[in-house]
Amino acid sequence: MTAAFRTTAAGRLKGAKPVKISFDGASYAALEGDTLASALLANGVHLMGRSFKYHRPRGVLSAGAEEPNALVGIHRDAARKTPNVRATVQEVYDGLTAVSQNRWPSLAFDVGAVNDIASPMFSAGFYYKTFMWPKAAWKSVYEPTIRASAGLGVAPDKPDPDHYASRYAHCDVLVLGGGAAGLSAALAAAETGARVIIADEQPAVGGALRFETGSTIDSAAGWDWAQATAVKLAAMDNVRVLTRTTAFGYYAQNMVGLVERVSDHLADPGHDLPRERLWQVRAKRVIIATGAIERHMVFDGNDKPGVMLASAGRTYLNHFGVLVGKNVGVFTASDSAYAAAIDLKQAGASIAAIVDLRDNPAGPLIDQARALGIEILSGRTLVRASGNLRVASMTVRATSGGPERTIPVDALLMSAGWTPSVHLFSQSRGKVAFDSATRRFLPGDYAQDCVSVGACSGTDTLADTVKDAVAAGEKAAKAAGLAKTVGTKVKAETSESWAGGMVGAAPGAGPDTTGKAFVDFQNDVTAKDIRLAVREGMRSIEHVKRFTTNGMATDQGKTSNIHGLAIAAEALGKEMPEVGLTTFRAPYTPVTFGSLVNHSKGRLFDPTRRTPFHAQEEKLGAVFEDVGQWKRAWYYPRAGEDMHAAVNRECATVRKAAGIFDASTLGKIEVVGPDAAKFMELMYTNPWEKLESGRCRYGIMLREDGFIYDDGVVGRLAADRFHVTTTTGGAARVMNHMEDYLQTEFPHLDVWLTSISEQWAVIAVQGPKSRDIIAPLVEGIDMSDGAMPHMSVREGKICGVPTRLFRMSFTGERGFEINVPADYAAAVWDAVWAQGQKHGACAYGTEAMHVLRAEKGYIIVGQDTDGTVTPQDAGLDWAVGKKKTDFVGIRGLKRPDLVAKGRKQLVGLRTKDPKVVLEEGAQIVADPKQPIPMKMLGHVTSSYWSENCGRSIALGVVTGGFERMGQTLYVPMPDKVIEVEVVGQVFFDEKGERLHG
Amino acid sequence: MADASRIHPLAGRKVANPAVTLTPAEPAARLSLRARPDAVAALSKALGVKLPEMPKRSATSKSGGRAALWLGPDEWLVIDTAGGDPLADCAKVKALHSAVDISHRNTAILVEGKGAEATLSAGCPQDLSLTVFPVGACSRTILGKIEVVIWRTGETAFRVECWRSFSAYAFDFLEEAARDAPIAA
Repeated sequence: MTAAFRTTAAGRLKGAKPVKISFDGASYAALEGDTLASALLANGVHLMGRSFKYHRPRGVLSAGAEEPNALVGIHRDAARKTPNVRATVQEVYDGLTAVSQNRWPSLAFDVGAVNDIASPMFSAGFYYKTFMWPKAAWKSVYEPTIRASAGLGVAPDKPDPDHYASRYAHCDVLVLGGGAAGLSAALAAAETGARVIIADEQPAVGGALRFETGSTIDSAAGWDWAQATAVKLAAMDNVRVLTRTTAFGYYAQNMVGLVERVSDHLADPGHDLPRERLWQVRAKRVIIATGAIERHMVFDGNDKPGVMLASAGRTYLNHFGVLVGKNVGVFTASDSAYAAAIDLKQAGASIAAIVDLRDNPAGPLIDQARALGIEILSGRTLVRASGNLRVASMTVRATSGGPERTIPVDALLMSAGWTPSVHLFSQSRGKVAFDSATRRFLPGDYAQDCVSVGACSGTDTLADTVKDAVAAGEKAAKAAGLAKTVGTKVKAETSESWAGGMVGAAPGAGPDTTGKAFVDFQNDVTAKDIRLAVREGMRSIEHVKRFTTNGMATDQGKTSNIHGLAIAAEALGKEMPEVGLTTFRAPYTPVTFGSLVNHSKGRLFDPTRRTPFHAQEEKLGAVFEDVGQWKRAWYYPRAGEDMHAAVNRECATVRKAAGIFDASTLGKIEVVGPDAAKFMELMYTNPWEKLESGRCRYGIMLREDGFIYDDGVVGRLAADRFHVTTTTGGAARVMNHMEDYLQTEFPHLDVWLTSISEQWAVIAVQGPKSRDIIAPLVEGIDMSDGAMPHMSVREGKICGVPTRLFRMSFTGERGFEINVPADYAAAVWDAVWAQGQKHGACAYGTEAMHVLRAEKGYIIVGQDTDGTVTPQDAGLDWAVGKKKTDFVGIRGLKRPDLVAKGRKQLVGLRTKDPKVVLEEGAQIVADPKQPIPMKMLGHVTSSYWSENCGRSIALGVVTGGFERMGQTLYVPMPDKVIEVEVVGQVFFDEKGERLHG
Repeated sequence: MADASRIHPLAGRKVANPAVTLTPAEPAARLSLRARPDAVAALSKALGVKLPEMPKRSATSKSGGRAALWLGPDEWLVIDTAGGDPLADCAKVKALHSAVDISHRNTAILVEGKGAEATLSAGCPQDLSLTVFPVGACSRTILGKIEVVIWRTGETAFRVECWRSFSAYAFDFLEEAARDAPIAA
């Protein structure tokens, strides 16, 4: 069945496959190649949505990406529900299901339309003024209600099942727009051999040639030339032609973001196709050929369904073969609309009349219209369009006033002229300039290596457009380094011109009128609203825009900005450029989150780093915790154990027998060169020159301001080689910090840094049995206390593979850290584990590690320090070389406030009740009865139950803490106050005998 | 004694489609080599590879089993896939340098096929076209959210080196990216 408004007299879809679509539950016949808008219009459906604020019935305004009205939901399945899709952009496929938005209970009868009647309440800025009282109601009543009743489509409520592809691309010349200008420029550039990418947002190239049927290029119909040129370009190895691809953002250094819609137009995209492909293109030169967007006329009722741009009416006819009406009125201030009237008349529609603001329009198109018998009402204005769910009549009078005449119509085409599409130019930080002769903004000063050609730079005729474009294409290729010039020739002819038009409200929609003459359809802003903004004191377009929301909808004011500016300028009695033009920002049209998030979801949201022992730990039942990007074994619960029980057992086992711990995530840096020790002297507070090869030292690194930045054990492997360890979290930044100083402050030193964090996997074996466990596996290292005392490092073999064996401890027990090359790690772990089993050892996780080190008062940088703690504050004065004359932070440490009394110092805290475990972060006060706000003395930094001590233990920073030993302080909590005693940092084996025992 | 054979962090993983294959590379010996220009000749001789001194260049030994990739003005990544010991070779050189064993720090993924370039271009912002990034070109750059070294070993073959713990991300990323390689060249 053929749809009622489909004509055979025009259009390019003849012979296309018929498909079925549904809109709000009703089924309609469509043709492949239709947009949802053209398919509905073919069936006589003009009502496609309700407006944002007033819920007014709306149809299509345009036939393209600028569409502000016909926004619908596209529902593919339960998870694929895309809101706010422009019906003028969505291509049909068999089974397409679309629903209207912002209406209840139905599109034709919408309760929300009461807002239209009550519209005086909802004038511009109403929400700043109306809902002021009571203040508390804004959050609880007004805002939620306004948000629920205003607004557009509903966001999908299920995770996005689609995938999105990504591509970085590079080219000599990037052409944005595939109309006559873009194609000519691309061709000229491509024929020099330049690498060219040309992108167009439509399913096929052609731009305005889609509707401008009177154009001839290289002796072919314009549209046919465009398609042939695209085929020719696509066949060239140096050219990529991207259709359905929108350039949405123009960023620094000619980086342009494109989004290609790969499968939204397909009935069954299958599993493999991405929904969209994001292109991030870096171009040596960019040619902007984005054309122009037709402006509507601003008059009362210009938003009735059936009222649309002349170019839209012409596109629906000449491309889709759809008559937008059978008795069509036209309202214009330029010649363009005449071409639409002529095309429609010739296709069999009757033209009720052409209402032309101009007193004496003249030219070939006007002559042709007259010759076809079309009534031309020149020097007249259209004061009102009437109709309920569709336009039914237009009311006309002389521009100067006088009697009105009402003419029945079923569609109304309008044209106020063309606005050059300077969005991308403006996004490139180019400055637009006002051309006062034509009252439009054109590209002025360029900020990047780009050029605008064709209608977007104000060229009004096709012949000039292609001539300029060819020259621009050749010039861009040359600038990009291509020497060859081929002399591409493209010749175009047309009888049409895009010059002329008007800006602002039409006569009849002036300050003295009361009708709703829409400027911004999507945000429901009328000419009256703009004038109100000026009356309320807004002087700059930036203020007018924010007060009225003109141009702030998702269509970014493509049709409304210039009218809004003109009306504001008139009300202010100023010229348009004095009031200003808002800056265009990305995205040009809405971009899905999916394409921007792209691969970075699920397993690719962020890298998950696992140590070489991960599988072994999993096998032992480890529970893992996230430490930065790492998965670290947290604790190893056995049957029936909760975390508390597991950690208690692990802590006790380490001190009784031994524990096996994965320390691989610690950062490691190999510092190599004859000046290695000199460099270490400068980076750490400790002295290094005299450290013997084979020995280790605990080092503290400061920032320039004297505060602790990182810490770790450093082993000296040779006179010119150190094996430095850092905290897990500090690995990358410590490396950068050291490299930064080496390159900028100490470039005279002969030393190099290499990250070896992942070269060496590390198994810590800690506890009285540690040596017994390891010794049988080790070759070539004497592990006796005499030969290998605490804080020493040896190179040899373990399990037949190389090892750097450290004797060191973060538990206070005799301990070793076995470094092995990572690919061998799992095998070594298995061997160590088997040995450990013989000696009653267990695996322990990061939680037990934390408890064990706290029992010994060993700090964790970032937990017990917070970037405001000096070595002195932390009780680590001993680690600062007293004789040293220089290291990073040495001057910071001498700052008066860092040596003053009363600094917060790290101390131990013993709760009076040994069973009470303090909360980390809890505040500490001297007098819990003082009025709130209390004077805080510090806070708890580390707190645990210690099975080894049989009580709770805690560390905290306390003002003047070292002088408060034995004092009782208080930790106020919501339900009680906890008494604590200030004690030393060490809770277990205070003399440190077990390190050697 | 434990079995001293190396376990590849990506052992068992493989992706193949009509446009591209992803394969974990065989274990290799690797060296981070740092030296100033005056040591280049001696190190080149000892390694049997003329250390490249231009950005994005690599050089290989006569047998092809060893390569040196330029990573910075004083930095090379030496990769030996032939069972050699480049660390020992450098140890004989008296000229000032730093040689650090990173054989196990890095691992590599081989990305091969006519869609290899497109696959990498999903996550690497560099121009990897054959004219700009010819066979032998190499660069320390990014892939998605991680740092990698990309080395073009053939017109349609790349070696992607990354740190061990990032290799799962690298492989996962390339696996996702590879889906698009047969669809759009």
